[in-house]
Amino acid sequence: MNTTEQIAEELAAMARPAPDGTVEAVLRRVGLADEFAVVEGPTGPAYVAWNDRGITAFVPVEVAGSPDDFAHRHPRPTAPADAPPERLAAHLDRTLETGRLGRLPIDLSSIGEFQRRVLEKCAEIPPGEIRPYGWIAREIGNPGAVRAVGTALGKNPVPVLIPCHRVVRTDGHIGNYAYGSPMKRALLEHEGVDTSEIEATAGRGVRLVGSDTTGIFCYPTCRHARRISNAHRVEFRSEADAKAAGYRPCMICRPAA
Amino acid sequence: MTTTTNLLPSRLASDLDRAFPDLVHATSDGIYSGALQLTRNRHDAEDVVQETFVRVYRALDAYPPERIRTIDLKPWVWTIALNLCRNRARSRARRPESPPDFDRAGGAPDPADEAISRTDLAVWRDRLAHLPGPQRTATVLRHVVGLTYDEIASATGRTSSTSRSDVRRGLANLRTLIEEER
Repeated sequence: MNTTEQIAEELAAMARPAPDGTVEAVLRRVGLADEFAVVEGPTGPAYVAWNDRGITAFVPVEVAGSPDDFAHRHPRPTAPADAPPERLAAHLDRTLETGRLGRLPIDLSSIGEFQRRVLEKCAEIPPGEIRPYGWIAREIGNPGAVRAVGTALGKNPVPVLIPCHRVVRTDGHIGNYAYGSPMKRALLEHEGVDTSEIEATAGRGVRLVGSDTTGIFCYPTCRHARRISNAHRVEFRSEADAKAAGYRPCMICRPAA
Repeated sequence: MTTTTNLLPSRLASDLDRAFPDLVHATSDGIYSGALQLTRNRHDAEDVVQETFVRVYRALDAYPPERIRTIDLKPWVWTIALNLCRNRARSRARRPESPPDFDRAGGAPDPADEAISRTDLAVWRDRLAHLPGPQRTATVLRHVVGLTYDEIASATGRTSSTSRSDVRRGLANLRTLIEEER
């Protein structure tokens, strides 16, 4: 084998197909394909999907059905795995344990600017507390966009992790949830919220509570409102009522602009 | 496949996320085959392939659609891959304690790759390693990957005629090397 033609032929025989899984690995790395596994969530097992950018989905098994059903409904190609990568799994465990997003990375790259701001604001609501849709709208600088906030939360790709169950109707009633009202209540109860009490308060037309010793008013579930003893607890039907009574809004739960 | 690659730039321009997997399917075998000869081992070649497409995606993601439509995909992807092959060779030279070349017979066993072809790959890689850089690159792109001289020129930033003579000299030098092996 001496001619350059033969050498060229031998070189051509050195071509090899890329190893199995190359395409999938690339798609995972750029965020076009995900993996998923089942983890234990607050209301039972849940599918969690992820790629190199972070978590892409969180759906209770009782909502999603079989692994095939979950993969089929997921917006990108996704392959089953045993568990999330170690670091991601550690952050995920912490989030599920504490109810706070913390440093858990969420892949919001395919989500629009407005929805991203809504979800990021929602993630600030501490476990055990609830806020009305209007609070998010006001906090992100779009006080008129209450309905749009509701829509954005309804399309939250990672419910539970980004706690849209902590956002309720403006009248204080618990309201709807992507995975149904009963699950919204179950998630809130799991965090120590007395949902019957919430509904009863809302039913009385009460949206805010104040303390007559501090002269400050809060959302009823604000950690400061919960410390007010019954003797000093004052109920308000609106921000205007509270202000007319000489109260100022709490700087932690920020119930008014 | 030719039709697919011809349509790819406009498909990538209009819907990157949907068309990108097709680009990877259409070009990853070529990149891997070339990288096998231009890096030290299979592990490096796999890394180069993945990293190439990650960079390709990020670049396309940042480009305006008008620009994507004008890209000559194969040589453009190879420009990125060649850079990675070169960086890898350089970092290997600086870190001689890097993993051994496990493609050789007697190296770490790989059930997916039969012993004979593993040896052949290493033999050709060693021979090609004796060529001056531009000859090695052009010869691999022409005869292992199957690029045209124009595509090689575009990928390496040289002219088509220089690429042609690089390949001719590369093959001639390989012939001399093989004769010396006897």
